[in-house]
Amino acid sequence: MRSLRVFSRGLVDENPVFRLLLGMCPTLAVSTAAINGLGMGLAAAAVLVASNILISLLRSVIPDKIRIPCYIVVIATFVTMVDLLMAAFVPDLHAVLGIFIPLIVVNCIVLQRAEAFASKNTVFMSAVDGIGMGLGFTVALMILASIREVIGSGTFFGISVLPLAFEPMKLMVSPPGAFISLGLIIGLINYLKNRREAERGA
Amino acid sequence: MDIKKLTVSSSPHLHSGDTVRQAMLLVLLALAPAALFAVYHFGWYVLAILLTGTISAVLAETALLRFMKKPLTIVLDGSAALTGLLLALNVPAGAPLWMVAIGAFMAIIIGKHVFGGLGYNPFNPALVGRAILVSSWPAHMMAWVGPGLISSATPLAMQRAGEAVPPYLDLFFGLKAGSLGEVSVFLLLLGGIFLICKRVIDWKIPAAYLATVALMTWVLPARGQIGFFAGDPLMHVLSGGLVLGAFFMATDWVTSPVTKLGRVVMGLGAGIITAVIRLYGGLPEGVTFAILIMNGLTPLIDRYTMGRRFGVR
Amino acid sequence: MVPNLFAIFFGAILINNFVLTRFLGICPFLGVSKKIETAVGMSLAVIFVMTVASLATWGIQTYLLMPFNMLYLRTISFILVIAVLVQFVEMVMLKATPTLYQALGVYLPLITTNCAVLGVTLLNLNENYTLVQSLMHGFAGGVGFGLAIVVFAGIRERLDFAPIPKALEGFPIALIVAGLLSIAFSGFQGLL
Repeated sequence: MRSLRVFSRGLVDENPVFRLLLGMCPTLAVSTAAINGLGMGLAAAAVLVASNILISLLRSVIPDKIRIPCYIVVIATFVTMVDLLMAAFVPDLHAVLGIFIPLIVVNCIVLQRAEAFASKNTVFMSAVDGIGMGLGFTVALMILASIREVIGSGTFFGISVLPLAFEPMKLMVSPPGAFISLGLIIGLINYLKNRREAERGA
Repeated sequence: MDIKKLTVSSSPHLHSGDTVRQAMLLVLLALAPAALFAVYHFGWYVLAILLTGTISAVLAETALLRFMKKPLTIVLDGSAALTGLLLALNVPAGAPLWMVAIGAFMAIIIGKHVFGGLGYNPFNPALVGRAILVSSWPAHMMAWVGPGLISSATPLAMQRAGEAVPPYLDLFFGLKAGSLGEVSVFLLLLGGIFLICKRVIDWKIPAAYLATVALMTWVLPARGQIGFFAGDPLMHVLSGGLVLGAFFMATDWVTSPVTKLGRVVMGLGAGIITAVIRLYGGLPEGVTFAILIMNGLTPLIDRYTMGRRFGVR
Repeated sequence: MVPNLFAIFFGAILINNFVLTRFLGICPFLGVSKKIETAVGMSLAVIFVMTVASLATWGIQTYLLMPFNMLYLRTISFILVIAVLVQFVEMVMLKATPTLYQALGVYLPLITTNCAVLGVTLLNLNENYTLVQSLMHGFAGGVGFGLAIVVFAGIRERLDFAPIPKALEGFPIALIVAGLLSIAFSGFQGLL
């Protein structure tokens, strides 16, 4: 049962984007369309799961003093693999995501999970944690990207979903729109959380 | 004696009786002639834009105050109405009303209330609303029209395209295309001077702003041109949103520096950015962005022009 | 050559600002921007590391990766170089200029995972920049980061006194301020 808790934690209570505020750079940069959000999320999730597993396997071997460089090498290896695989099989998506695929290396989520979880837990638990956090990241990216795509382009996964009379609000798919919409979404989540807690307390 | 009835407050305990509300009313009064001229110049549709902007802003403010359980009387300070009116004055005369309403909502919500209301907003709310509209619906925000809402290029766009610009007198009295509130430089100047005499705004910001733009557009060659000291500074000062921005938006109490030197720096910086965007930028006009950037720099300007505090090392 | 460097410089600061338009270095931008002094210290350290990293990775790319056709190792080799470099800079600073180390030292370990640093080296590679162009891009990228974070810190210091709605306190309001700064900078689009 503990594994279920570890899994769901990454999705909701410790959602990397909405609650822990990690991995902001790719979140803001690629969330212009739902498909980009999905692609980026899954790529990061794959790296997260793989690096969590390997680091957990190596946790008794890696010397404590140089653990961070070791983690970075492990992560960078998996990032390179994902990068090459995406370039081969989904070249269009790979081109859109650009340098944010190699930049998964310095994504705080991956390093933070390696340091805070995989280095202290069993292989199975680390894999579960990776899947939970990876999915949490993907879901958060999808939510932000869907909102931005629908309002900013009037489409969802590239398909027109709003009446023709609706004129897309281009701001939402531009850089300022990324900051403002993510700020408002986190604000809304905080508001709902505060209200729920107030109701419970009362 | 009931101790709870005593109010403790820091100095100053005496003040002149000037209130935010009075100042806002004076600004509204100063803007009125230019707004009325816009109705006369462009047609009755402009009145609908002005009303939509003002009413939407007041409605948005009322709804937010209610949602946040703040006293509804705050809306009576007139600042929301002024924000709405300023936003409406900053759109083309043929702008769709739904867009003006969204701009006013955005100005009040993102420009003001997310920061805790009037006095805490780092950026001028009306300009935040306008910048959001420019980035969202650039086609509508650049659809310039002249009298009768017939499409027509603005003087700055004409100058860029190498066409003949209307004579200075036309530019001065407002016989041109442009955002509806910016056209009559004459009436805006009257309003601005009125506010300076009433000590609502400080002359330093508009003076430094206009002088910098004039100097730079005179000295520097625009992109694709050669030769210094060949520009047309008078055309630049009389065109676009410069006068409206310099007197009515760059001078906003909340978002401009409080120190004397800081105000000069504010005008200077806004002038430099405006001139650079006009001469070398992708957009023909840069007043909105120039003032927003200087709003962002205001805390730093205040900090470094404040002078040494006594008793602190 | 010279106008090109000019374009790279202003491009990286005003038009494609590393933080506000390219979304690189968001973590320190949000995390180390509560006070102006720390923001200035962080920016100086970032400018320095980004410039030196551009130099070092240019060398690796030109003399190691390209000749041996190993460009696919760019991510892993660049991040290692940056990590070593930051470590090295820290040691040199400690020995040579203890005062500078005291001012910037605390920020140095944070810089390895600043994606603006790895980002600029990857961008240099993608753009096929020459050595001088890479150096200029690294330096200007750091200055752009510094400009954004210092202005941002000024606004955040002032917001400390604002009665911000509870749900928006902290990161949400910081993101909204960043968005408004980003809108303000969008006026430079199409410059040059």
